[in-house]
Amino acid sequence: MSMLRKTFFFFFFQLMIGLVYGQQVQHVETFQALKPMLEKPSGDTLFVYNFWATWCRPCVKELPYFQKLDSVYADKKVKVVLISIDDPEMIEPMVKPFVKRRKITQPVYVLTDPKQNDWIPQISEEWSGAIPATLIMNNEEGIVSFKEQSFTYEELSEWVDEVLKNRPKK
Amino acid sequence: MKRVLMSVVVLIMAAATFAQEGYKVGDVARDFSLKNIDGNMVSLADYEEAKGFIVVFTCNHCPYAIKYEDRINALNKKYAAKGYPVIAINPNDVSKVPDDSFDNMKIRAKEKGFTFPYLVDGTSEIAATYGATRTPHAYVLQKQGKELKVAYIGAIDDNARDASSVEETYLANAIDLLLEGKKVEKSFTRAIGCTIKWPQ
Repeated sequence: MSMLRKTFFFFFFQLMIGLVYGQQVQHVETFQALKPMLEKPSGDTLFVYNFWATWCRPCVKELPYFQKLDSVYADKKVKVVLISIDDPEMIEPMVKPFVKRRKITQPVYVLTDPKQNDWIPQISEEWSGAIPATLIMNNEEGIVSFKEQSFTYEELSEWVDEVLKNRPKK
Repeated sequence: MKRVLMSVVVLIMAAATFAQEGYKVGDVARDFSLKNIDGNMVSLADYEEAKGFIVVFTCNHCPYAIKYEDRINALNKKYAAKGYPVIAINPNDVSKVPDDSFDNMKIRAKEKGFTFPYLVDGTSEIAATYGATRTPHAYVLQKQGKELKVAYIGAIDDNARDASSVEETYLANAIDLLLEGKKVEKSFTRAIGCTIKWPQ
């Protein structure tokens, strides 16, 4: 009986995880549709937008660091948002299962606007278009910091610390 | 003495930065001798009749490179006859991406019916010299006397994902203008694709 109960709870638990993770994945078809989110007043939150894709190995490697950053820096009002540039037909078979498997709780947008030469320079003129790439932003305080590189957790937290330190005083 | 040393250091640093940046539009491109999938060595100098070249750094494994295979084939079919053949170069370190091995290049070229050479840049030296960072990353070179001038750098067109939705064929437009003896209007775009897997 106890075994049966354990098995039941195990499956129930798995089911709950399945329901929670992967649900936050949102398909955004054009950069115009993503822009309002980037331009929405950020209050005192520092947003860290990470551009990635399931097929990009260095991106996948550094994703746990972004997950860690999001939880460690939560009390400093740092929020991680993941923007995947996977193809639209990959959202169901690849992106959602990936998000579930990696227990990613951060918001995930899949931006599938194919006109990269139009929208990439709008994110940053410095961006050659390679991923991983990360943008730190607070549009109310005029904070914009962009890096096209992959990070270790230490490098990432150092960068965030630096941006936090140089924040304009209120 | 110290000052001399300093300026040497500065010069070396400047040279290093320059090497990293690669070519810009208007620069003179170097020739190379790289192994083709048929085992023969290929150089740009072999093409005496050519007016120029479409040099594309590409590979087997990258989803963007795969999406462009048919379009690169079509470019060669159209522009080789007009004097601008395609030369494809795989710059990736095979130890990092086994999919991009020489044998797999042969298989891929056969499957897709490549009508152009598909060369191995085993040390990634040519990609580094050209300043390529992505697969696919395209260069249009124009012969001017004995020199090869870089006339276009970047993406093949404005829609990597869907060939049928392309609105601007950057690379073809550039060659069309060169063939008409006109100046290339959009000579640089951002190449969209996978980062080149450099050897360590």
